[in-house]
Amino acid sequence: MRPIHIAGFAQLDQVLRDTERDEAEMVQQVTAAALADAGLGRKDVGFTCSGSNDYVMGRAFSFTMAIDGLAAWPPIRESHVEMDGAWALYEAWVRLQHGDVDIALVYSFGKSSLGGVAESLTYSLDPYFLAPLEPGPDVLASLQARRMLDAGLATEADFARAVAQAKAAAAINGQVPDPLDHRVGTSHLPLRAEDGPVRTDGAACVVLRAGGGGPRISGIAHRIDPHQPGARDLATCPSAVLAAEAAGVDIARLDVAEFHAPYSSQVVLLSRVLGLSERTTVNPSGGALAADTPMVAGLVRIGEAAQAIRSGRARHALGHASSGPCLQHNLICALEAE
Amino acid sequence: MSGACAIIGIGQTRHAAKRADVSMPGLVREAAKRALEDAGLEWKDIDAVVIGKAPDMFEGVVQPELFLAGALGAVGKPMFRVHTAGSVGGSTAIVASHLVSSGVHRRVLTVAYEKQSESNAMWALSQRFPFRPPIAAGAGGYFAPIIRAYMARTNAPDHIGVQVAVKDRLNALDNPYAHLKLPNITAEQVAASPMLWDPIRYLEACPSSDGACALVLSADEADCKNPAWVHATAMRSEPMLFAGRDEVSPRAGADCAKQVYADAGITPDQLDVAEIYVPFSWYEPMWLENLGLAESGWRAVDAGETQRDGRLPINPSGGVLSSNPIGASGMLRFAEAALQVRGAAGDHQIDGARLALGHAYGGGSQFFSMWIVGSERP
Repeated sequence: MRPIHIAGFAQLDQVLRDTERDEAEMVQQVTAAALADAGLGRKDVGFTCSGSNDYVMGRAFSFTMAIDGLAAWPPIRESHVEMDGAWALYEAWVRLQHGDVDIALVYSFGKSSLGGVAESLTYSLDPYFLAPLEPGPDVLASLQARRMLDAGLATEADFARAVAQAKAAAAINGQVPDPLDHRVGTSHLPLRAEDGPVRTDGAACVVLRAGGGGPRISGIAHRIDPHQPGARDLATCPSAVLAAEAAGVDIARLDVAEFHAPYSSQVVLLSRVLGLSERTTVNPSGGALAADTPMVAGLVRIGEAAQAIRSGRARHALGHASSGPCLQHNLICALEAE
Repeated sequence: MSGACAIIGIGQTRHAAKRADVSMPGLVREAAKRALEDAGLEWKDIDAVVIGKAPDMFEGVVQPELFLAGALGAVGKPMFRVHTAGSVGGSTAIVASHLVSSGVHRRVLTVAYEKQSESNAMWALSQRFPFRPPIAAGAGGYFAPIIRAYMARTNAPDHIGVQVAVKDRLNALDNPYAHLKLPNITAEQVAASPMLWDPIRYLEACPSSDGACALVLSADEADCKNPAWVHATAMRSEPMLFAGRDEVSPRAGADCAKQVYADAGITPDQLDVAEIYVPFSWYEPMWLENLGLAESGWRAVDAGETQRDGRLPINPSGGVLSSNPIGASGMLRFAEAALQVRGAAGDHQIDGARLALGHAYGGGSQFFSMWIVGSERP
């Protein structure tokens, strides 16, 4: 495969409520910041790919207006996924393999504050057999956590430790909300409200480049598990393990792992199924517990993993993105220092 | 493009206003199974699945790749979801082909679908938002003024749209999968049908369909018994709200066409047949000009050049005017182009077709995807 590097990264501050910017403004600002970080201009970009979700933004074709923030004139080579921006990054990485374009712009945006992210995620469940029961993401995550406890694979103290780590990391991450004052929601034991994500508004952008330095993508892959929660042992996550293998992650040398795990139990689960050791620092950014912007949080994980390498804190890092109930769909992007 | 990519399996469902006999998983599986059987492969032979459809609000299921993973045999494999508005069926096929041509995967299954009867596409297309121009009364309301602009600009006579509507519905009679079957349709009947969005009459508009289309793509020589080869792919997008754009003949469409011809190493007059995205009859002459296939689109239609025995047959399958499962409509164009160059289009086969164009567009005439397929390896 052609070596692809992360040449630039930017995220808007992930906030509880952004009432100032619409999609086009968010996209304009975050793409400009990432291109500046890469030392590139809009005309250098050969392929653009984005991720967003109509239900999150509250209307059909929400991404079409976002293009207006790109100065897409003359017309550009462009594509869109109705998924987290991490999958847009995957499509861009595939596109760059062809050799006719060298630089790709990847972005995603989402707003929790428009209301109803949990309801939207409920509408992603099987519409005939599961969605009518309206279990919601919190309930399904607690079902998974209960299974982990019953199987003896984790303790409630493990979950609490993941929350404490996320809070400590969030306190020193200036781009996520202050961890002290907005854990809201209902507890579905064994998970408590604070075991879940802080839902935020935001946007992120990654600039990919063939050659040119910066953290190198040593492998990237994604896999999906069965949808029905009863169709797999929820204390396992086969698709994450398969994705890590396909991405060629060297767990023994991994310095940083950024997981898009919206619940503390899922941070514990991923660390366990991937066999992480003490060597690996998990979610130094605070992860999705600190800020879970829909369709953005996964792309931010890849960006944060790249930042860990750029800052010298890591030589090998991974960024992970997830989708679906109980971590059904998992993407892993393995990065290494040049 | 780096590696070769062949279309080795093609499948589609019977399209209908309401496929109450199948669930959404049943619908996509029907198309996928036909494509696999056509390719002589089984589910286990597939390395990755790419699905595409128009907005999730059309069925009311968010990110449907999640619940469709099992039905499409994707468990334990990569499953990807593309959404580029009306062009999505074409874009999805292109993204899938790139997984093969990049060397990432050997065999990819791609499926596009819409089950419009599960919800109300008109509603999803007609929402109003603060500080935004309304896309009033669905797609027809959006495109009608653009068609009027074309008619005014080119002095096109009123009967051109009627001619296209009749041609595509007669073509559909030879396509066993087509939704609309109107064997007795006449120009008089189309002209007398109710005016929906002036100048678009009822019989000049596409139907709402349930349906799906699937392709199996491969880089494996051993698979390629009677393939259609991908000669070139291209995608272009332009902003919706930009005073400098021409919505009648968008630059993104023209640029996309130039790119795809150049990458295929052909001129447009070398095409034997084209399947282009015509949801309202007037879009046939408009796209003929935008794609560089005719200097005057309406004169080409008027002269019968786009009939099945004409200079460049357009939409021998009956096109979007005869079957419109929105998310799949673009992939159906790409698939029908491939069927033609394989010589496998049955009763609507264009004799000796060797090079064909598949075309799709979406959004406010702002997203374009195209591919050129051929009977010979590029």
